[in-house]
Amino acid sequence: MIKFIAKRLAIATLIMLGASLLSFSLIHLAPGNPAEVIIRAEMGEDPSLTEIEFFFQKYDLNDPFFAQCAQWMHMITHGDLGTSFRTEEPVLVEFFDRFPATLELAVAAMAIAILISIPLGILSAMKQNSILDHGSRLVALWGVSMPNFWLGLVLILFFSVKLDWFPCFGYGGVEYLILPAVTLGTGMTATLMRLMRASMLEVLRQDYIRTARSKGLKERVVLWKHGFKNALIPVITVMGMQVGHLLAGVVIIETIFAWPGVGKFLVDGIYARDYPVIQGFVLIIALFFVLSNLAVDILYTYLDPRIKYDVENA
Amino acid sequence: MREMMSIVQHLKEDKLAVTGAMIILSLTIIVILAPHIAPYDPIKLDLENRLSSPDRNHLMGTDNLGRDVLSRTICGARFSLGMATVVVVIVMLLGIAMGTTAGYFGGVIDGIIMRLVDVLLAFPNIILALVIAGILGPSLTNVMIALAVVWWVGYARIIRGSVLSVKEKEFIEAARAMGCTDSYIAIRHILPNVLSPVIVLATLDMGHIILSIAALSFLGLGAQPPIPEWGTMLNEGRPFMETAPHLMIFPGLMIMVTVLAFNFLGDGLRDALDPRMKEDAIK
Repeated sequence: MIKFIAKRLAIATLIMLGASLLSFSLIHLAPGNPAEVIIRAEMGEDPSLTEIEFFFQKYDLNDPFFAQCAQWMHMITHGDLGTSFRTEEPVLVEFFDRFPATLELAVAAMAIAILISIPLGILSAMKQNSILDHGSRLVALWGVSMPNFWLGLVLILFFSVKLDWFPCFGYGGVEYLILPAVTLGTGMTATLMRLMRASMLEVLRQDYIRTARSKGLKERVVLWKHGFKNALIPVITVMGMQVGHLLAGVVIIETIFAWPGVGKFLVDGIYARDYPVIQGFVLIIALFFVLSNLAVDILYTYLDPRIKYDVENA
Repeated sequence: MREMMSIVQHLKEDKLAVTGAMIILSLTIIVILAPHIAPYDPIKLDLENRLSSPDRNHLMGTDNLGRDVLSRTICGARFSLGMATVVVVIVMLLGIAMGTTAGYFGGVIDGIIMRLVDVLLAFPNIILALVIAGILGPSLTNVMIALAVVWWVGYARIIRGSVLSVKEKEFIEAARAMGCTDSYIAIRHILPNVLSPVIVLATLDMGHIILSIAALSFLGLGAQPPIPEWGTMLNEGRPFMETAPHLMIFPGLMIMVTVLAFNFLGDGLRDALDPRMKEDAIK
């Protein structure tokens, strides 16, 4: 087990090295001049050649590509992601200043998704082919097909503009959280519900369920103790993988609701060609993504002892 | 061939898949005939009729520049669906080329390609696409490039896996003994045997890619005004949400219906191709 974890950690580290190289080179292959865009945004007028030259020198942008690359690798291995062109603050500080807001939104969305999808998925599986089953499957397909940014706009239109129940956008108390959390949670709810249903159906067909029933156990015990617990395993895996989708969804949802999180800052950074912010944020997001997938892999072997052998063989 | 027939048979019994296929067919017709069906010119300004609500002359109303929303939505199908199709085709070809090369030759080539896949998979899809599109600058082509760069990895992985399992079969050995070249074997004997999972994936991915294109356009990185792409239309209509909600309702509905259709068909295809799911259907 420890050997397996160590091996996966080593692979994850190599992947992150590759990812940091990729995030670095992407930006430097781009057309356009960051100095011009940023200085123009600051001064409100076209920059002179000397101003551009000064900007390049300040951020070592005149060095050859490989020298910049080596410097970047040196920096990130020492926990330094550079400073933002726009705010002149360290990128790491910018990220973690905004991270709590993003986390709040992501956790709320996940809570909504879990609270709705798991009970509905189980009900749907237990009453297979009933009206409830067909109805909830249709709603789930509808949920994954809806563009989440559009859902956000429609929710704002009805609940803020027409009914005036919630504020349109901004950050503050619970009333600000509800609309963006529902928007972000909808796709995930649909995915998890479909999965919970399929997984429960699959488990209920297994021999050990038949054994449990033939032992004369109460149906409730069979369903919850033998069925639900085993059916939950793949659902948990996908929940872990959904962390990445949450991070992705956050980028757009935060922009719509003017939520002061990581995603909005990244999008603003892209518009402003704030290179250090773009490469730094993308790298930290990748790190979260890789770590959450790693955590899922490890958790999986704990949850289902049968898997261990498969892993050893692979 | 017999396999194909049984898949079609199975699909015919799946109501949702049939619905999906019908919707996709109608959309295709709209895409082909767009300029002829659209009642008005989608980019023609009519400043006297700005932001008018849906009525008899303009079934979906007009936008802030007096352009007919119905015509824009119809012509938008060309951009949204057309772009998504191009991206899916590129991604499939790229994935097939990379996956087959990696799986068939193995060794160092396989190592290099698969490490590249691993690194690309370390980023959430849409975030990497967003960054690439943002860096390249806002345009339709750049959004397509960004999505293609990010999306081929899934296909390469599936194809590589299937190629690895087919490669050891006897008929491949026979072909090699007969002196067939590597590329001939890969294209004529291996590819046809690994295509079906790719087709399912591509159908389901059409939905994801349409959503991603719309999202990137909505953020202002994709199609630029006055192009009537659905995501761009949503972005343009956003400031007028209170006075003219029809500007964002209709393009959004179109995106949703299109994606839903591809998901219906993709789900049906997956069930038809997976024999274990067939038992479920019979039960």
